[in-house]
Amino acid sequence: MKSSRQTTIVAGVLLVACMAASVILLFKIDKMRTGATLEEVLYVSSPKALKRMSMGYDGLLADIYWTRAVQYFGGRHHAGAKDYNLLGPLLEITTTLDPKLIVAYQYGGNFLAPEPPNGAGMPQAAIELIHYGIQHNPDDWHLFYQLGFIYYMELKDYPRAAEAFARGGGIPGAHPWLKLLAAQMAERSQNIQTARMMWATTFETTNDKAIKYNAAAHLRALQADQDITGLEAAVGRYQQVTGHLPTSFGDLVSAGVLRGTPVDPLGNPYKLTRDGRVELRSPDDFPFVTKGLPPGYVPPEAPKVLPTD
Amino acid sequence: MNSRIGLIASNTFREAVRDRVLYNLIAFALLMSGASILVGQISIDIERLVVVNLGLTAVSLFGIVIAIFIGIGLVSKEIDRRTLYTVLSRPVRRWEFIVGKFVGLAGTLIVNTFFMAIGVFGALLYVSHHSQASDRWLFAALYFIVLQFLIITSLALLFSSFSSPLMSAVFAFSLFVVGSFAEDLRGFAGLTTGAVRWLATGAAYLVPNFSALNVITSVAHEQPVSGQLIAYNTAYALIYTTMALCGAVLIFERRNLK
Amino acid sequence: MAAIEILGLEKTYSVGFWRKRPKCALRPLHLQVEQGEIFGFLGPNGAGKTTTLKMLMGLVFPTAGTAKILGMEINDPRMKAQIGFLPEQPYFYDYLTARELLEYFAGLSGVPAKERSRRAEEMLVRVGLKDAGGVQLRKFSKGMLQRVGIAQAIIHEPKVVFFDEPMSGLDPMGRREVRDLMDQLRQEGKTVFFSTHILSDAEALCDRVAIVNLGELQGVGAVADLTSSVQNNVEIIWQGTAVPQSLRALGAECHVAGDTVRAILREANQDAAIEALRRERVRLISVVPVRTSLEDYFMQKLKPAEAAAGVRR
Repeated sequence: MKSSRQTTIVAGVLLVACMAASVILLFKIDKMRTGATLEEVLYVSSPKALKRMSMGYDGLLADIYWTRAVQYFGGRHHAGAKDYNLLGPLLEITTTLDPKLIVAYQYGGNFLAPEPPNGAGMPQAAIELIHYGIQHNPDDWHLFYQLGFIYYMELKDYPRAAEAFARGGGIPGAHPWLKLLAAQMAERSQNIQTARMMWATTFETTNDKAIKYNAAAHLRALQADQDITGLEAAVGRYQQVTGHLPTSFGDLVSAGVLRGTPVDPLGNPYKLTRDGRVELRSPDDFPFVTKGLPPGYVPPEAPKVLPTD
Repeated sequence: MNSRIGLIASNTFREAVRDRVLYNLIAFALLMSGASILVGQISIDIERLVVVNLGLTAVSLFGIVIAIFIGIGLVSKEIDRRTLYTVLSRPVRRWEFIVGKFVGLAGTLIVNTFFMAIGVFGALLYVSHHSQASDRWLFAALYFIVLQFLIITSLALLFSSFSSPLMSAVFAFSLFVVGSFAEDLRGFAGLTTGAVRWLATGAAYLVPNFSALNVITSVAHEQPVSGQLIAYNTAYALIYTTMALCGAVLIFERRNLK
Repeated sequence: MAAIEILGLEKTYSVGFWRKRPKCALRPLHLQVEQGEIFGFLGPNGAGKTTTLKMLMGLVFPTAGTAKILGMEINDPRMKAQIGFLPEQPYFYDYLTARELLEYFAGLSGVPAKERSRRAEEMLVRVGLKDAGGVQLRKFSKGMLQRVGIAQAIIHEPKVVFFDEPMSGLDPMGRREVRDLMDQLRQEGKTVFFSTHILSDAEALCDRVAIVNLGELQGVGAVADLTSSVQNNVEIIWQGTAVPQSLRALGAECHVAGDTVRAILREANQDAAIEALRRERVRLISVVPVRTSLEDYFMQKLKPAEAAAGVRR
């Protein structure tokens, strides 16, 4: 069987070599084409037609488009993009194919509405998306919550936010905080308590990893903001009492103004600067924070907002 | 060696023709003519779009069906009907047989595609009355479709070397569908964790990458096809085809023909 | 150099899906066939004849043992260019015409392009299909297909030809033609190795035969030698209606037909039988030695083996 053995060896080696080569080529091709498949989204002029053409497999196709949307946003954000033009169309196609894919609406609320770089900056589009969702899922309180969220956070439209929260809160099984949030809208202002409640609600009422991660980042930022406000107030009191700035937090503790060395939500101690300001040790870990940033601080290209960052 | 492969290839081609495979061109011609006439009536400025989309999709689907239907029987039919015995008792090496069969079917598909291409261009000319520069990208799209045929033919042949026609058809068709979403599959795999991630990633890279070979939509919108993509896709298709054929040869070399 | 040399060729299949049971199709076979002879490979169905042929053709891989044809290994393409094969109940590409098939196979066996159509014509005439060259094979009868099969096996002028059941499905005239053709091949100096279960054909044609049964070689040799080794019988016919007891005691097989009795018994007992009949005052009609046929040899060789195997098939 000599010739057979020779053929076997040649074919075997060739097979393995080709397998390796094909995988390498795929890496190259994929890199070339990130965006090519997604660009095609722009050519889908009618999502309804696409739904008809999918011949009953629209659920699967919706899942495929949903995955593409998530990868699109995550990939671009990781690369430090400032615009996300295809996110809207991708979510629109996803929800046309499967109007009951609630997580798509939530994603829109969390990432389509906010300003870049952490969102597409299209709150109106997000609102239209959610209205479409409510049309098809009138009993899902998540959607009303999301609607109120966008009105409050991005559009500062408190009456509409209140209305959305109220309607959502009235649905049996809704998260109890919706009614509370509706009431708080009457204050017509942005305050930390309300924001914390909302982000906590978002965190609790979703299973999507990206949304949760994002909400947690917001909550940490709010906590840090609150901490720093309190700490700087304590520094002020110390100065009033002693007439000079403290050199360290230890001074504040000895003076009875503080109880222990303060740590930020990630467990790292805060920094006390010479001029009495409180700063975060690692501001990069707090993408949404408004206080505690060192002077001249430039946020990274891709803030740590998503699990893929 | 080459003359034997050539003989087997031309015989395979002859078989396809005499099995009236090329009659599918009639169905295709009817489809394209009907569509062109319809679209010509509507004239809302998307005639080219519709003709290109429909035409290229039809070329692709017709060809895939033919590739699978004939491909699955390339080896198994010869074994069942025992026509293989007299062939292999001659100085024909088993691998020459496999390669010859492949070349024969690939050749049939290329000829088939050639005629269909004429049909598509004809329909295009009919609805729009002129040709434009972007039409040359149609050639790229057609070329990619032919590359798809090479891959699917080699896979059908691989399955035919050890499996029954029905199972081969199922496998080949499944790989075609999964391969069309190969890019998404690689994306899915990236989102999983643990053992599932290994399996999914492995599968996602072994499945034939038809998604990169499908440029029908962008060509329909008159987008160019980059030369780099053409080069990479050509290399990929040839390598993948070789891989499948090696698999077929390895299996067939060992088969006891009872 | 021997035309065919089989050294311990053996084939065992694993049967069954879950628990693989070994099934022996051919026990180690040792056989040698000289050039220029017609060699018959005999045995009942399922004896292992086709398995052996397939192993020689490289279609099935032996579990053990080797074989050489014209001094070259199985699967050596140079060897295959010099052999021809006709499988059992052949089926050819039915979409080809007879001429196209022959030209195709001639090409595969290395006949140069210029020669192919000439040789194809020659073959068609030789096997009696002169006018059917342009007809598609799907329209051929079984006998015509057999002839095409023979044609494709010899079109490239091989030195050794292998036929598996070449007479099957042929009418007596067809069988006669095939026998004549095989004789012609021998006269041309070719070696013919054919398997069959029709013993009369083998007897008429073969120089030597081998008999296999249940995968095992039972006997090999020239036909004349084999038949003479079988117990010889005599046939005694006499006028009468009864069989004397004395004859029965001698182990005679007796048939009564009208007013004659026909008895067959061993040659050794011939004298005793005649003596017994004379005492009965019976009128003898004839005493004739019965020529044993290959069939007798066959049966004799097979019966014990079958009895031992419990005739389990």
